[in-house]
Amino acid sequence: MAALINVPAKAKRGDIIEIRTLTSHIMETGFRHTADGALVPRDIITSFTCRYNGTEVFRADLFPAIAANPYLSFFTVAKESGKFEFEWIGDNGYSSTASAPITVE
Amino acid sequence: MTTRPVTRRNAVLGITAAAVALARPSILHAQSTARVVVVGGGFGGAACARALKRAQPDLQIILIEPNAVFTSCPLSNEVIAGLRDIEAQQFGYDKLAAEGVTMISQAVTAIEPQRRSVMTTDGVALPYDRLVLSPGIDFHFEALPGYDEAASEKMPHAWKAGAQTLLLRRQLEAMEDGGTVAIAVPANPSRCPPAPYERASLIAHYLKTKKPRSKVLVLDAKDNFSQQRLFEKAWKELYGDMIERIALSQGGRVTSVDPSTRTIITEFGNYTPDVANVIPAQRAGRIAEIAGATDATGWCPIDPVTFESKLVPNIHVIGDACLGGGIPKSASAAGAQGKACAAAIVALLANRAPGTPRLTGICYNTVAPGYGFSLAGNYQPRGDIFAEVEGGATSPVDAPRELRAREAAEAERWFETITADTFG
Repeated sequence: MAALINVPAKAKRGDIIEIRTLTSHIMETGFRHTADGALVPRDIITSFTCRYNGTEVFRADLFPAIAANPYLSFFTVAKESGKFEFEWIGDNGYSSTASAPITVE
Repeated sequence: MTTRPVTRRNAVLGITAAAVALARPSILHAQSTARVVVVGGGFGGAACARALKRAQPDLQIILIEPNAVFTSCPLSNEVIAGLRDIEAQQFGYDKLAAEGVTMISQAVTAIEPQRRSVMTTDGVALPYDRLVLSPGIDFHFEALPGYDEAASEKMPHAWKAGAQTLLLRRQLEAMEDGGTVAIAVPANPSRCPPAPYERASLIAHYLKTKKPRSKVLVLDAKDNFSQQRLFEKAWKELYGDMIERIALSQGGRVTSVDPSTRTIITEFGNYTPDVANVIPAQRAGRIAEIAGATDATGWCPIDPVTFESKLVPNIHVIGDACLGGGIPKSASAAGAQGKACAAAIVALLANRAPGTPRLTGICYNTVAPGYGFSLAGNYQPRGDIFAEVEGGATSPVDAPRELRAREAAEAERWFETITADTFG
């Protein structure tokens, strides 16, 4: 499943807007063992970034205690029309991106 | 009955009680025997009142219930799907009255734990030695912006059986073929956790039979649910891809609704179905809050041995309203709790130590006529809650259709048994 993004399609200049993201990921902690005792290797997302027309407006570091399918919600100020870009980076070379447009009036 | 020093307050209460006795000689006898007042005549309260009277006939048992007729939630999904009449869900209290339970057809307006007194709408104050609350659920409207009593007339919850059940049925009947029926499912704890999925199944059965181009959309605030593998297998087997479920991690959690446009808003999208069945988050029934028996969760913490409230002495809470831990909120659990609570009260009134209850809860799901499965669990007190203990069973995922047919028939028999046991 691709990431789910919720960015308001339209906003007034200066509005505080909520952005929600959800990406499907196993978030394997690296602390669990299989039935025969082998360690299940860690496989998590380690970092999330949101850029608004190229400028970073939000960043989060993620750790093993974060549950599967991380859901992040945060706020920013609508300044100009353009694009929000999202990036998730993780173990084993994991990388995923998404984007959403916004019209600011 | 415990004795208390005569204070001004008790003396006043005595006068009130005497005045009531004149007005209602059948209710208030001399205060030589203990009196237990039960509030709420559903599966929990009715079972408790009846068990108390049977265990100790000299107890005064008063059951306060504003509705003259009880409408059962179990099997009401079949009413929605047009497979059953609502009358088959309805039960009166004549048998309880005949056994000596005093019925009061009023709503409770106030509870005064210090005075051990319950007030009803007609202004009468009823003193008690022990009070049992079985108020079921109320909706947590604040948790779902846009949804309230008025919205439920457009987007029915049908989560309390009766007029709402019939409203949802009429909306399904009025829908054109090719329409979408959405069911918004809340997170746990909620009344009867597998019931939204049984409902999705039976609505799909109705649509497949009458409006085969339609579909069912389940918008779910949970990722996993009770008997999930059984449901999903049955959906595939019986309904192909007619039922679509959007789970929590797919953005299925409903955050608000707009009844004017029948829109359901989730964290990641908007849906405008033709029929919107919105089941809001729940909490203990209003009466529990009036009594001061609810905590920050909205539910009632109890001592699982006696069902006595952790917050208010001499008040017991049973059924959906209590924080039962591992016990799913169901009719079967409520009935079992009602009986166990009755036994504990009889012991407490006799100054005996109550025994440790072992409760059994069973839940049948009918996903189509002749296709059912079940989950049975045993529960015992562990610390502050009930924990599941050995002996439970869930229907196998891979089973021949004969077993499904047998379980569907068993579901009917279970209903006949529990309703006869409680009301018959």
